[in-house]
Amino acid sequence: MNLLTIAVRSIKQRLLSSSLTMISMALGVGLVVAVLAIFGIVQKSFNANATLGYNMVIGAKGGKLQLVLNSVYYLSEPIENIPYDYYLEFQNQEVRELEYSGSYSFKAVQHQQAARTALQASGLALNSPVGILAAVATDRIVEQQHEQLYPWKREGKYSAFTDFAIPLCLGDYVGPYRAVGTTPEMFSLLKYGPQGDQPYEMNKGGRNIEQFDEENGFFEALVGSVVAEDRELKVGDTINPSHGSAEGDAHATNFVVVGILEPTGTPNDRAVFINMEGFYRMSDHAKPLENEEDIYGTNQIAHKITDKDYVLPVEKREITAMLVRMDPLYSIGIENQVNEGNTAQAVFPITEIRRLLDYFVSPVQTLLLVLTVLICFMSGVSILVSIYNSMSDRRSEIAVFRALGARRGTVYNIVLLESMVLSLVGGLTGILGGHGLIAAFSGVIEAQTGVQIGFFDLAPPLPVPIPLLNSVSSEFLIIPGLILLAIVVGFIPATSAYKTDVSKALGK
Amino acid sequence: MLKISDLKKSFAQPDGGRLEILDIPSFQVDRGEQVVLLGRSGGGKTTLLHCISGIASIDSGKIYFLDQELTQFSEPMWDRFRASNIGYVFQTFNLLPAFTALENVLLGMSFAKDVPDQEYASWLLERVGLGHRLEHKPDQMSVGEQQRVAVARALANRPRLLLADEPTANIDPANQQGIVDLIKETCSEFSVGLILVTHTMEVAGQFDRIDNLEDINLIAAEADAGRDK
Repeated sequence: MNLLTIAVRSIKQRLLSSSLTMISMALGVGLVVAVLAIFGIVQKSFNANATLGYNMVIGAKGGKLQLVLNSVYYLSEPIENIPYDYYLEFQNQEVRELEYSGSYSFKAVQHQQAARTALQASGLALNSPVGILAAVATDRIVEQQHEQLYPWKREGKYSAFTDFAIPLCLGDYVGPYRAVGTTPEMFSLLKYGPQGDQPYEMNKGGRNIEQFDEENGFFEALVGSVVAEDRELKVGDTINPSHGSAEGDAHATNFVVVGILEPTGTPNDRAVFINMEGFYRMSDHAKPLENEEDIYGTNQIAHKITDKDYVLPVEKREITAMLVRMDPLYSIGIENQVNEGNTAQAVFPITEIRRLLDYFVSPVQTLLLVLTVLICFMSGVSILVSIYNSMSDRRSEIAVFRALGARRGTVYNIVLLESMVLSLVGGLTGILGGHGLIAAFSGVIEAQTGVQIGFFDLAPPLPVPIPLLNSVSSEFLIIPGLILLAIVVGFIPATSAYKTDVSKALGK
Repeated sequence: MLKISDLKKSFAQPDGGRLEILDIPSFQVDRGEQVVLLGRSGGGKTTLLHCISGIASIDSGKIYFLDQELTQFSEPMWDRFRASNIGYVFQTFNLLPAFTALENVLLGMSFAKDVPDQEYASWLLERVGLGHRLEHKPDQMSVGEQQRVAVARALANRPRLLLADEPTANIDPANQQGIVDLIKETCSEFSVGLILVTHTMEVAGQFDRIDNLEDINLIAAEADAGRDK
């Protein structure tokens, strides 16, 4: 019969008080696990999007954090919009030409050129050869100026340093979830995951939205996994985004669900992505101009909203933000340049997330952690009290051990083992209970934060500048911590057992 | 086998003085001999057993056991020696309530051997008439049965000497004789020396050698003389 068996039997003999002590320890450790898990969930939730494949967010001037919150996490309200032509400064000439082709300015220039050509043709017969030569020379000068003055004639100002820029149009909702107007590149160019290398996948039978689809026109939607589950959406269903808020009036425009995103653990699980062109074509979404009269016939009329070739004028477009992957070498310079201007602001999401974590979230978590460690310590003290109180009843038991030949060190170890067993059983129960709790609430956690967490997921390392502690899961510190605690709290009763006067105890 | 010379033992008093309990010039028990120590309550009988077993320290004197001077031993050595060579039967049995009869006997072995001999422990319990009670806990047994378990536990390490401190004091008269017989028989059977402490002549009368504590302990003799005056 080894000492552990003797210690366990002794615990069983005082089952009620031992159980209460272990429950107290389990609750303490369960709390620690829960706090560590919350710590991990918050960290994961924020970090999951720091590696989405872009390194800069550009939006309207205002709070940097607010821009990150509403464009990366779809939280909070968007600040304002930025002009579409600012977005086009991040695109190459080919895209710009296409995008500007429907603009009023483009059409105005075309109109002027047509008029001038006609004028020249009529003047050819009327004017002198000198006049003709002068007109041709003037045209050449104007043409050269066009290349500088007309935006479709040049590369975007920042396009040389930009890998891609994906626009976001926010403001609409599907139930409580954000409807995000964007382009198909959102899911073809961006990747997610810890390394930022996992491509987005759609459910079976689903696909990404397309720029234009023969069947659905511009009105296609891709639905995040949480939204799909919550709203019971499937491919082929239609949705009507509501304007401005979850309770806003629903638009009459139907968007056809063409795909459901597989769960990613990112905020994209909790959003609906609609074709930006469709977004603009919903009522009241295109920017109203001062002179709404459309002299060139580009006004939004019903038959044009499904016209593939109809390009909404740049002047009537705005975006809320854009997600940009920028050459890191130039990103700081461009950030400064953007921020020095009056139109937009550029932020690095990772920097803002880190700042938020460091200045607000981490101190709260540390406070929680300290509180729960104190709770554990209190549980440890309750073990001490429990064992110590039992010592007076156990003097004769210890004396019998000694009379049977047990050394002082042996009875010391038996009591210390009891303390360890109480701590460890209570602690392990707490760990299992904590993980059980997390597993039980995993659905809610995922729905609320987008973080997928299961029974076997361990908390992340502690953010402390100590080599071993910041490299292993903080939960691995619980067991050694408990053993240490057990030794500390077991020391007093064990010493009391060690010093037991056998002769006196047997005489009682 | 056991030889005591000039043994003195006293206890500290609250007033700072010392209360002398034992002053034994000489006491001896031969191998396999069964001795009854008879004396009044509070005369130092239990203290003498504690001193012999090393549970209590002595003020002066020498104790020899199996040609070894125990009084030269360090405490851990004495613990080890006690575990292997001395069995102890208490007045109040002192069985551990959380352990079964078999486990109580195995516990007796645990501090002397690395691996307790479960077969021998079972056999011992059978020998004391409790073969059918191996898995019973103390509170499921009568007091007589509990003391039988205590006897088996005391014999578990095949000791050379059994110290029995008033083993029948807490047992009903119907079972007292059975316990005395059991102790006598098993000690004879296993050639174990016995020092049995009692204050009743009914028990003492059944043994060949009866030592009055007043005869061997000078302190008890003085107290006795004082009382007579």
